[in-house]
Formats: sequence, structure tokens, C-alpha cells
Amino acid sequence: MATLIFTPQLARFTAAPQVQTDALTLRTGLEAAFSANPRLRAYLLDEQGCLRPNVAIFIDGHAVRDHVRLDAPLTVHSKVHILQALSGG
Amino acid sequence: MTERAWIASRKGLFELQQQNGRWSLGPIAFLGEPVSMVLADPRDGAVYAALNLGHFGVKLHRKDAGAAQWTEIAAPAYPLKPEDCTDPVDWTVRFIWSLACGGADEPGVIWAGTLPGGLFRSADRGASWTLMHSLWDAPERSEWFGGGYDVPGIHSICVDPRDSRHVLVGISCGGAWVTHDGGASWSLSARGMRASYLPPERGDDQNVQDPHRIVGARDTPDQLWCQHHNGIWRSANFGADWQEVSAAPLSTFGFAVAVHPAEGDTAWFAPALADQTRIPTDAALTVTRTTDGGRTFTALRAGLPQQHCYDLVYRHGLAVADDGRTLLMASTTGGVWLSENGGDSWRTISSSMPPVYAVCFQ
Repeated sequence: MATLIFTPQLARFTAAPQVQTDALTLRTGLEAAFSANPRLRAYLLDEQGCLRPNVAIFIDGHAVRDHVRLDAPLTVHSKVHILQALSGG
Repeated sequence: MTERAWIASRKGLFELQQQNGRWSLGPIAFLGEPVSMVLADPRDGAVYAALNLGHFGVKLHRKDAGAAQWTEIAAPAYPLKPEDCTDPVDWTVRFIWSLACGGADEPGVIWAGTLPGGLFRSADRGASWTLMHSLWDAPERSEWFGGGYDVPGIHSICVDPRDSRHVLVGISCGGAWVTHDGGASWSLSARGMRASYLPPERGDDQNVQDPHRIVGARDTPDQLWCQHHNGIWRSANFGADWQEVSAAPLSTFGFAVAVHPAEGDTAWFAPALADQTRIPTDAALTVTRTTDGGRTFTALRAGLPQQHCYDLVYRHGLAVADDGRTLLMASTTGGVWLSENGGDSWRTISSSMPPVYAVCFQ
């Protein structure tokens, strides 16, 4: 099963434990996390369903470039890191 | 007696408390986080704080009267943008720029104005929000433009205390709009304003005016005051017509205006030198006050820094309490000042706060 690992910074605002999912795409994997904690959705996605500009996602070490469709494939071995993008000051 | 005020800043929400006649900074909520707006609801004692988390979006929290903790509630959000929509504006709330209570006869109603320029209404104390499609879908919105930001925004919401269905909003830059039917329909309400930053043939166009801030008087609600991008205006008929006020000393450029709750002819302003030079005139901080509807003004300086002061007071950085005498002012460079005599004299609460976005009394 793919593993979703969330930045510990999110714990300041809402629960974001590690999630194991058999989802085959990034979006369905994220939906699995949102079903466990619906509040998490608005922290990662805007109301149009796009990844927030300052959130970065890596799948097996590779940055996800598409922030709209979020349909990158996952495998049963995928490690997905959801991080804060470096920005601001 | 006024006992509490709130300071919404780039680095948290600060509570200002009065105890034994002395004001001092108290507990801090959301330390380190940008708090774009704060609202104290006199109807039920709740306080609302709008957060703009750098990474994780816009959030809204409420602290109920007597509660020790803040609770996250729903934040205004746009509906899904239709795929065939040609609107160049992203339907994503960037931050909450204004919050206002509904009327006394509609408990639980809260209004929110956002960037981009959406107006939202909650009927359940922020548990859910509805976009005012009637305003969002106005064809004139395509001509609104940003003032200070690259998209337009709603910064002022005035609810008529005589009739809660009667609401006026101020938009930078989209003029002033009013509804008389609770939001079912809206119409421009900036007649008399003048935009000097556009070609002369567009100067009187109501839809391109940049009212920086519009506030109303509690007990004389027909009287509205507007600090506009290129001047000061007032209305004696809840925005149906606006008259320019030119007697203010130093400068008529600025962002903030506060109006006396019981005496609508009394208002305070925090002038800046000019659009192009956004500092206090002569680098000396001054509040200007009129008590006669704008015919004359007094420049108030006692207790305010008069040398090498570059503090700018933003739209929501000046507030007057219900007593009409206690004023709180805070700046983008972290100065906070309080007056207990209508602005005649001020004392410094802090000169090293984070940039302040909004202040309010409770």
C-alpha cells in the first residue's frame, strides 16, 4: 500500500497522521486521508481542488509538478511526502 | 466601560486589556500566524479571527463568550468554478479582508468580504457560508481592479442598524455597492465620488472608485464616512450620494477612518503624505478629527511620535469604542497607540509589534 507522510507542521492545525492507502493515483490517495480527517482537505487543497501554491508533494523523491489534476500514479510501494514548500519569510 | 480590544497582526492576535484603569497587552492567540481580520460580536460576545496561513490557506476561528479556547469554523470559500467560465479571476479566497455582524434582529448572521472581491454571508455563526452570487455575478465586476493587491477586494461592510436587509459594501477598486433586500439585488452606490487616478472621462465612473474604507455611525446610520484613495467623502443618506470633504489638514490621502458611534458628524482619520509617499506628513504621526461633519478639522499629535516616524495606518488600523472617546490605532510598522479622550492625547502601547492589519474593541 502507498504511504502518505504529512509534514509535522500540519499537526499545529489539524491531525495529519501517516496514511496507508491502496489508491492508484495521488488524488485518490489524498481523498483517503481527507476521509479520515475532512478538515485536512482545506489545508492542502483550495476550493477549486487544486494543491495550495505553498504545499509541495513528492512521490518517491520526485516533485509533483501538476497541482491541478493530481493524477500522478501511485504504486503499492510509493512513499508520498506532503511538505511545506519553501516560501515566504 | 471598555475593557478589552484586539490587535490582529502579521504574527498573531493580541489581546489588549484594561485592568484598574491601565491598558496592557494580554494573551496572544495564533502566535506567529498572520491574522488578517478580527471581529467582536456584541450580540453574543463571540470573537472571530481570520487567519491567512502562509502554506495552508485561509482559516476562520471563533471564541465564544466565556470560552477559553478558539474553535476552527468554516471559512468562506468559492463554489467550484465552472469549466466554461471565462472569468480571469481565480475563485480562491486569498484572505478575509472584512468581517461584520448582521443586525441585532438576525442573531448568528456574519458577513465576510474577501480578496478576490467576494461577499459571503453566514447565518449560523460561521458554521457555513454562502457566496453572494447576486454581487459576484454582477457584470460590472469584470471592471473592478486591485487597489494595493492584484485583485479587487471587499474591505468594508456597513449593515444599517434600522434595517438588516440594507447593507453597503466598499470595494478596492469597485466603488460602493448597496442592497436593500438582504442581498437579492445590488446596485452601485458611489455617486459623487471622483477618481483622480484615471483618465478624466472615467473619473466619475462609480464602478472604478477606490474607497479605502467606509464606516457608519451607530446611532445616526444615514451618516457614512469614506477615506477614499484621493480624498475624504461623506454621505448623509447611507451612500445614496457622497460629498467630498476637502478641509482636512496635512493630506486627504490615507486608509483609515473611524466614526463616533453616537455623533455621526465626528470622525477621525490617519492621513499619509500622498499615494506616492506613504508616510506621515513630515514623518510626524497625526490623527485628524472633525466634529462638525467635515467643515473643520483638528490635527491631534499629543503623545504620537513627531520625529522620524514612518508608520502607516491601514484600513482597519483605527477604531473607536462604544463610548466615543476611547480610540485605538496601530500601524504597519508595529506602533500601537491608545487615546481615552477622543484623540486629544495618546499613549504608546507598543512601538515594536508586528505589522498590524486590524484593531477592534470588544
